[in-house]
Amino acid sequence: MLDSSRRASILRLVEGPQTMGRGPGFWTGFGLVLLGAIAYPFFADSYDVGNNVYFFNWLFMAMGLSLIWGYGGALSFGQTAFFGVAGYSYGVLTINLGDAYGLTLLSLVLAVGISALFAAILGYFLFFGRISGVFLGIVTLSVTLVLERFMAQTAGPQWAIGAARLNGFNGMGAMPSLTIPWFGGDITLYPDVALYYVTLALLVVVYLGLRILVNSRFGNVIVAIRENPMRAEMLGYDIRKYQLATFVIGSALAGLSGVLYTSWGNYITPASMGMTAASLPIVWVAVGGRTDLTTTMIGTLAVLVIFQSLTIHGSQYALIVMGALLVITVLVAPKGIVIALVDLFRRRRSRQEGGA
Amino acid sequence: MEFLYAIFSFLYQFGDAFAFLVLSACGLAVIFGMMGVINLAHGEFILCGAYVSTSVAHMGLPLPVAIAAGSLAAGIAGMIVELVVIRPLYKRPLDTIVATWGISMIVTQGTLIVLGTTMAGSGTPLGSFVVGDYSYSTYRVVLMGMALATLAALWLMFTKTRFGILARATIQVPHVAEALGVNTNLVYSLTFGLGAALAGLAGGLYAPTMTLVPTMGAAFMVEAFVTVVVGGADIFLGTAPAAVVLGLIKATLTSWQGQLAGQIGMLIAVIIVIRILPRGISGKILKERA
Repeated sequence: MLDSSRRASILRLVEGPQTMGRGPGFWTGFGLVLLGAIAYPFFADSYDVGNNVYFFNWLFMAMGLSLIWGYGGALSFGQTAFFGVAGYSYGVLTINLGDAYGLTLLSLVLAVGISALFAAILGYFLFFGRISGVFLGIVTLSVTLVLERFMAQTAGPQWAIGAARLNGFNGMGAMPSLTIPWFGGDITLYPDVALYYVTLALLVVVYLGLRILVNSRFGNVIVAIRENPMRAEMLGYDIRKYQLATFVIGSALAGLSGVLYTSWGNYITPASMGMTAASLPIVWVAVGGRTDLTTTMIGTLAVLVIFQSLTIHGSQYALIVMGALLVITVLVAPKGIVIALVDLFRRRRSRQEGGA
Repeated sequence: MEFLYAIFSFLYQFGDAFAFLVLSACGLAVIFGMMGVINLAHGEFILCGAYVSTSVAHMGLPLPVAIAAGSLAAGIAGMIVELVVIRPLYKRPLDTIVATWGISMIVTQGTLIVLGTTMAGSGTPLGSFVVGDYSYSTYRVVLMGMALATLAALWLMFTKTRFGILARATIQVPHVAEALGVNTNLVYSLTFGLGAALAGLAGGLYAPTMTLVPTMGAAFMVEAFVTVVVGGADIFLGTAPAAVVLGLIKATLTSWQGQLAGQIGMLIAVIIVIRILPRGISGKILKERA
């Protein structure tokens, strides 16, 4: 049993001014949702469970974008570039290295590392050139579009890295799934219950880790930079380094999404970086409420589920709904729909308390 | 003689790249330079211009009329977008990027649903001429002329007409212009419409040379973005010189390694340029002058 002071010190780590959810009520809810997520495979078909891992795969990229855009205030429209770079890297590495001895896990780490390195190089030029918000958005978007066009023309046998053919517009397939070396036989993470639990565990770790990060001194500084870069600089912070670090962490998370997606579907295409793909993370994060990790997660999951069910029933209109959702969110609830609802609820409750 | 042919070939490629950069960027640059808004639906105004002008051309009207119609249609669409979406967001320039992206998604997908995956083109007019061993499209030379004419017309418009002076006054100090009786809302609306009409013009001009698909706007976006980023906020001191520099890079790399290399080279050049000139060429020139 934890004594209360130790519990308070742990809570202080994951709670703070930069996250909305706090207090026993929030954590009870968090525990219940987590329990529900853990219990879900017992009540569902393992095929469905494996398919639904799809939704989890995107949450890492969404949280990374929330960190860069919501907390750091830097409009990066090119997160899918890092998604694609990591996805392709994972494919090339695993096809060449194979899936024995836990080498897929090494490939995962390397692929995320490559996307982080790419982000660090690009970010160096952007942030040390002191690019303002608008330009940051269009340069990152241009990078993504050019990468897509580059990958789309890599058809033919001359475009191969080792044994891995890049296959141009059709995309790369047949890379092995993530495999965990275990006593008495490797565990291959096909889209199934095992993969579900591994991804869920990763998600909880990343979520809590990011909560610790944004509530730390580092997190407070990046929010200060978002609020007023000049003031932060006058206070003695080298804002370029903080922005670069934020950008690299967020982009590495997009890379993690890319690896998980590629391993999940054994497939990656250039279209996963294109204009449409690049716009979707913006919708997820903007609709939920980009300035908070929890609302970003809720918003992303909700939008993904809506998008998926629309795609199943009337595939053509899904993107129109996404575009309309984005425009309406910006015009009506610029902070995000989930945050707007929370604000409304709090205001109503405080008014009731005031009236009583 | 061989040498002169090679020079002509390079000049033609450079002129082609320059025209494409100027025409695809000037609409974006007008809106960004005057209003500080980056219009991510820029590609969709180009799409609008291309589709309308091709439809009008199919009806049997001459191409210049068709292009003017496409430009006009895009301009009107732009003014409607300004009224409905951009106007409430003037105080939040970063949000306009996101909102115009939403519009872009709606228009691209809407065009796909309503008009299908492709539209029959009208074919490149004016034939070709031969210099040395290669033949060149005459229409592309016309496009180069149109790029220069567009820059000249914009310069005249912003320096010699009443609208241009009011627009520049509004951009410099909005509240003073307003106090002096300028209808700033109208100026913003017309400026946005002008930017959209320029995008439509680019679409109409390039429609005969390319396949008409709902995603064709994206083909212009990278060029438009990089030109505006390198150029900075001023059209004449920024966009035009940026197009010259980038056109040289693109033409050199394209003739050496192919079209994609030209694009990648341009993008890398841009990323390096922003490290040195964060506010673009015009920012550098204006700063030195000041």
